[in-house]
Amino acid sequence: MRTRKLLLSLSGVAALVALWSLGVALHRTTILPGPFKVLAGVVDLARRGLLVRHVVASLFRVTWGYVLAVVVGIPVGLCLGWWRRAHRAVDPFLQILRPISPLAWIPISILWFGVGDRAAVFIIFLGAVLPIIVSATNAVAAVPSVHLRAARNFGLSSREVLVRVIFPSVLPQLIVGMRLALGVAWLVVVAAEMIAVSSGLGFLIVDARNAGNRYDLVVAGMVLIGVIGLCLDAGMRRLERA
Amino acid sequence: MVAAAAPTAAPVKIGLRGVQMRYGAVEVLRDVSLDVREGELVCLLGPSGCGKSTLLNIVGGFLEPSGGEVRIDGEPVRGPDPRRIFVFQERGVFPWLTVEGNIAFGLSKLAAAERAQIVAHYVELVGLEGFERAFPDELSGGMKQRVEVARALAVKPDVLYLDEPFGALDSITRLQMRSELLRILQAEKKTILFVTHDIDESVQLADRVVVMSTRPATVRRIVEIDLAHPRDLSSRRYLELRDSILEEIGLAHKI
Amino acid sequence: MRARIESIVLPLLVGVLVVALWSASVRWTGTKVFPSPLQVVRGLGELWRRGLLLPYLGDSLVRVAVGYGAAVALGVPLGLWLGWSRNLATAVNPVIQLLRPISPIAWIPVAIVLFGIGNLAPIFLVFLGALFPIVVTTQNGVGAVPPMYLRAARNFGLSSGQMVRRVLLPAALPQILSGLRIALGIAWLVVVAAEMIAVDSGLGYLIIDARNAGKRYDLVVAGMLLIGATGLVLDFAARRCERLRALRWGFRAD
Repeated sequence: MRTRKLLLSLSGVAALVALWSLGVALHRTTILPGPFKVLAGVVDLARRGLLVRHVVASLFRVTWGYVLAVVVGIPVGLCLGWWRRAHRAVDPFLQILRPISPLAWIPISILWFGVGDRAAVFIIFLGAVLPIIVSATNAVAAVPSVHLRAARNFGLSSREVLVRVIFPSVLPQLIVGMRLALGVAWLVVVAAEMIAVSSGLGFLIVDARNAGNRYDLVVAGMVLIGVIGLCLDAGMRRLERA
Repeated sequence: MVAAAAPTAAPVKIGLRGVQMRYGAVEVLRDVSLDVREGELVCLLGPSGCGKSTLLNIVGGFLEPSGGEVRIDGEPVRGPDPRRIFVFQERGVFPWLTVEGNIAFGLSKLAAAERAQIVAHYVELVGLEGFERAFPDELSGGMKQRVEVARALAVKPDVLYLDEPFGALDSITRLQMRSELLRILQAEKKTILFVTHDIDESVQLADRVVVMSTRPATVRRIVEIDLAHPRDLSSRRYLELRDSILEEIGLAHKI
Repeated sequence: MRARIESIVLPLLVGVLVVALWSASVRWTGTKVFPSPLQVVRGLGELWRRGLLLPYLGDSLVRVAVGYGAAVALGVPLGLWLGWSRNLATAVNPVIQLLRPISPIAWIPVAIVLFGIGNLAPIFLVFLGALFPIVVTTQNGVGAVPPMYLRAARNFGLSSGQMVRRVLLPAALPQILSGLRIALGIAWLVVVAAEMIAVDSGLGYLIIDARNAGKRYDLVVAGMLLIGATGLVLDFAARRCERLRALRWGFRAD
């Protein structure tokens, strides 16, 4: 039974690869690479020592932006969830900001921080902070009032209520929000790097294309992005389950 | 053949022979044999988790037994069939259809006029006039249960399987629903197989009570309830029958 | 009642505060480049007068409509099928998990090669961005349908096709609609980002162009506000649709 499942899963991926090869073979242009050229591209990057360098650069920016988003977003979200009035005051602005893609902030970001890492980190921060605020707010609102009343009944101080009742109660939902935000951060770092910096996977994609139409490297970059994104997500899910 | 007046001479509708069920190493049902006659209301009584719902699912054709066989009208059961409808707890009502929509669910092959007529008849029979256009979330638990019964009856099945239908209702509503069920069934006589863990419920409703043991479940005893409807819940005979079942299960009379 | 008054008055107060702080800081830092709120409003007026506002907005919306529409047309049936067939799901899920984290933005170079600069590239990217959430939420919606409903359907003698149409789809609809709304939000984000790189019209293009062609940051911010407002309206409309259906069924998340 297990082996059957495994075979089925692999067959899906195999079909994708086959379709890809076929598509490339049929498509007139010689620019788009097939799966094997891409694999060769990845190996090439690894040999030139660029693989690690670009991946690390991207991860570095993601970490900075993400950590900032967590540090700012969780307290803000918790406050908004707890004080309904603050929520009512601020929510419309969050709602207007939400549909604005972090990328649309690039010109402003470059204006404020110049071209470079800080601009990219700012964009990542913007992308990740909103999901965290939203999930923190919702998590606090979802704490069952019976728990809060029981806590008061047992004479807990406000700080104790926060630490012993609210925090454990919001933690699961918070972690889900953090996982989503990490996904967004990873999505955004690639885009931010395409425009504002000189290293990282996003930069790699743009540079490989500009500096010689190396589409094998472009797609290799995409594949790497996908794989790393998957690992980050899986890692967060592990944390969720703990 | 001339059918006799007494129900004990009615033909066997559902026949179980040596039904067994095991999940891996766990034996859930062992050697269950039972005859249910046409027009009877038979109750399967036992504590939760003893396997009586499993047995009902097997009879209904949703599960295949590990051993033994079930025959209905002499034919082996091969799967679920519109002639034998399962009534779940009120959660089985479809929330996206109105009361009318739910009751009409099994009637899609009929012409619209005939369908409307049947739906109206059953809405009245279960006492939901005025709620035809209501959605289930606007109804109480008891009302939803009535919708489900009406939906089952609308396709005119031979047999009804009821799996703890009143389990989600409060005890007052449960009492009301029991007499409602008997009233409805008087209008349309069916063969009924009814699963419950409530001893009083079984004695109040059934013609015969099949007391089942704990896992692996088998038939401990079949108690014939020889009370005419409506049954007096304070009569001596009622209490005697109830006590005999309590003893069979091994429960004390005092708490 | 009080809450409703507060939800209107409080944001207005905060808004006034924000605008005041904004103009004050612009004046205080003496920046020549970053726009004051007044300049942004004038910028909006200018866009209107130059006849750019509506066409750009329209272009972006049309691209979303086509890409999103295609994603719905393909994604909902695919999601239904995946939710229904265990085997198909086992085969296809890994593919979805692999492709999903690749942001549509990363697909941009490929899109440009395949479609060139023009409408098709953003449409393709919107399609990609919206497809995965739609497929996944539809699939999950189907998985969440209580098996009891399917058993009842079998009991009444419904064929597989009838079961999908009359029970599975209605039962999963609230969740599917929720996924459609989220995907619409994503589609809007993606179209703006795609327009910043791959075309020469639309709100995303406006932002990049305003900066590149003369550092018109007043237009940049005006564009951002337009994007935010439009996205909000889209989300609002989607929520209305969701509430319409779901309320009619009286479906509560159990």
